[in-house]
Amino acid sequence: MTQAFELTVNGRQVRIETHPDTSLLHALRNELGLKGPRFGCGLGLCGACFVRMDGQVVASCDTPMWSAEGRTVVTVEGLEPGEGLHRVQQALLDEQAAQCGFCITGIAVNAATLLETNPDADEEAIVEALDRNLCRCGVQRRVVRAVLKARSESACHVTPEDAV
Amino acid sequence: MTVEREIVRTPILPQDLAANPVLSRWVTVHPGGTVDVRVGKVELGQGILTALAQIAAEELGVDLEQVRMQPANTARGPNEGGTSGSMSIIHSGSAVRAACAQVRAKFAAEAALRWGVGPDRVTVRQGVIRCDERTMSYGELAGVVDLDVPADPCGPLGGDRPALVGKSAARLDLPDKIAGRPRYIHDLDLPGQLSGRVLRPPSPGATLLHVDEGRLADLDVQLVRDGSFVGVVGADEAEVMRAVKVLRDATTWEESDSLPDEDDLSTFLRSGPHETIEVLIPEGPPPGGHTIQATYSRPFLAHGSMAPSCGIARWNDDGTLSVWSHSQGIHGLGAAIARALDIDVERIEVEHAENAGCYGHNGADDAAFDAVLLARDVPGRPVQVQWSRQDELAWSPLASAMSADVRAVVDDSGSVLSWRYDVWSQGHTSRPGYLGVPGLLAGAYLERPLRYPAPADPPAASGAGTVRNGVPIYDFPDRGVTGHRLLETPIRTSAMRALGAYMNVFAIESFMDELALSAGADPLEYRLRHLGDARGQTVLETAARAAGWGTPVEEGVGLGIGFARYKDKGAYCAVVAEVEAESDIRLRRLTIAVDVGMVVNPDGVRNQIEGGATQAASWTLKERVRFDRRRITSDDWESYPILRFSEAPEVSVEIVEAPGVPSVGAGEAAQGPTAAAIANAVAAAVGVRVRDLPLTTDAVVAAIEASGD
Repeated sequence: MTQAFELTVNGRQVRIETHPDTSLLHALRNELGLKGPRFGCGLGLCGACFVRMDGQVVASCDTPMWSAEGRTVVTVEGLEPGEGLHRVQQALLDEQAAQCGFCITGIAVNAATLLETNPDADEEAIVEALDRNLCRCGVQRRVVRAVLKARSESACHVTPEDAV
Repeated sequence: MTVEREIVRTPILPQDLAANPVLSRWVTVHPGGTVDVRVGKVELGQGILTALAQIAAEELGVDLEQVRMQPANTARGPNEGGTSGSMSIIHSGSAVRAACAQVRAKFAAEAALRWGVGPDRVTVRQGVIRCDERTMSYGELAGVVDLDVPADPCGPLGGDRPALVGKSAARLDLPDKIAGRPRYIHDLDLPGQLSGRVLRPPSPGATLLHVDEGRLADLDVQLVRDGSFVGVVGADEAEVMRAVKVLRDATTWEESDSLPDEDDLSTFLRSGPHETIEVLIPEGPPPGGHTIQATYSRPFLAHGSMAPSCGIARWNDDGTLSVWSHSQGIHGLGAAIARALDIDVERIEVEHAENAGCYGHNGADDAAFDAVLLARDVPGRPVQVQWSRQDELAWSPLASAMSADVRAVVDDSGSVLSWRYDVWSQGHTSRPGYLGVPGLLAGAYLERPLRYPAPADPPAASGAGTVRNGVPIYDFPDRGVTGHRLLETPIRTSAMRALGAYMNVFAIESFMDELALSAGADPLEYRLRHLGDARGQTVLETAARAAGWGTPVEEGVGLGIGFARYKDKGAYCAVVAEVEAESDIRLRRLTIAVDVGMVVNPDGVRNQIEGGATQAASWTLKERVRFDRRRITSDDWESYPILRFSEAPEVSVEIVEAPGVPSVGAGEAAQGPTAAAIANAVAAAVGVRVRDLPLTTDAVVAAIEASGD
């Protein structure tokens, strides 16, 4: 019942053999060893598994492989090409905007995508975008502060490398 | 005649070091100069390992970067019991401090011996052991100094080298977690690891009648069944997940109604039988005065950790069992597994692996036991069991619903003459091993079932459960406090952040505002009038000042205050909430003052208080476990909503310095005061009191409408 799927993940062409109903999340974690996207609910309701697919933030737990064929996917590991952290991740670290950290990679993907498509996003826009992400430890306000900081530190608008 | 007495310190080690005295259990120095530190406390997302690393680095005289905190392990590390009750910085902190101070003294003494100088001439800083111009490193003496020796009760206990402690240190684990590097138990990929899933029954009272095994024939998985416990194991996680869906349709169950009426929990909680917990027996009220009374309640709550529970187990060829778990108490888990399966506890090794935030006894231990049961059928292979979100919300232990009556007799000025408090609740612990039973979820569904009794309460010395913070901090002339713990219940409850304190402080501090209103007094002034505790006064006044207490607020906005000293001897915490009640109830801001004694990591304390208060706001404004007479129905984030980014209040925290006062924990101090502050702010904003949690917009509107009748 397995099929081969070809897609681009973090700038690399990959081929994954799996069942068409396997979620993109499980393919990323188990076939490609990318543990940054995390399993939180399996229903697309918490954001822990967020990845960027063709420029849009999607819940990878809720995305079957049959619908990921030919797509361009960026996970938290690929937010910053090369070594180092994306400026949103760096700001989250600087602000210590995490307690358990389980939700934070999904938040980083969402916030980084927002800032790359809307570099002037204000607090309201940031909060609206992040309303799709749940956090149980209560670091929401630290996260918002961090994303605002990342925004103000970026002088130039970076075009998402995966935009269509 | 004069008698000369030599003043000596009582030779007593900190309790966790006394229980695990051999220094090599705590510390290993490597030739390269890094130092492994092993503790029994575990990282739950609260940052404890960073605080303990700060203490270790300070006492050893090394840089923080030289210290490597190791995962807790039943075979290799010290046994410090569980990680709960905001006790880690007290118990583990003092043990690590003393152990590391003694290790440092041994290295300094060895260097002194080699140099032929007195040990008092040797200093240790930044990993360099020095006497005048001569230096040596920890690493050079690593193979020489013997740490397989017990700590010396008359030796140094540390605490006299304030260098790192008191300064904010960045969390050691966050770089991995923010970068997305493997770090959690979900990310572990042991050699030969298989994936497992358990099919939980459709309802708690269900019995498995039949499994149509043929339905699984096309799937590459192995079925495991023991009574009504049923699951699958296979190499491919996605295949295992498909199989468990098929299995749901391939099983036949007998179900029965077993749950109480969710809409009348007060009657359920008060119907008994109960254990009566006499906390304060009243002496009898002074004559006169008039009586005011009220009843408060909270529903059942869920932990709602962002990651569903996960466990890994491997039955080894030599008959031993290896378990990886995000349990709060790896030793208790090992003992419970041994008891459940009737095997020698010495043959079980449990290692802690990090997971998402843990706020009490959640499904961690149960998931580990699931893995043990599934792995039994595939000896030699590790099996990783991952719970679903639905299982996490519906099958983890819950926090108990509670109901409380408060009654006060007040004099003509409105001051309290007499106070009575009665609270009804289920017990607040069913941790592995409680009441002598394993207490592991799957145990109740095995062919030879391991039943568990109604949840118990921790002993008073550990802060109690139902009656935690049931005694008001105020100096009332006559006080009576009684708990009533339910002894029969179909609902499994256990410890969640602050246990009964969340509800008790909500009730006490809501009622203080009701009394103040009745007395025509300002709520802050009314509290201070009854409060003799000087540290408490400072914390209350600090929070009030920071929040601009006493200055006029806009129409439709209310300020409310809540205050307590956690567990009567822990952190003082005062919270001022600012609530806007227009089209809906919106919590704008929480202004908090806290006194935790000596502060190890100020940003760590702030983060714990901010997070605790934000989580308490979520419980208070939104949360309620829903169920019908058969099963829990709030099993995803739509049916069990929690606070979102757009609802999270601004939180500011002022730390009230108390240098020289021993550290107490911060993780749970804000829970109760936050609930009360919000309730009092809502009442101030709308002029109507809501006494039953959660304080949803619907509940407030209903109360307003009822008040107009």
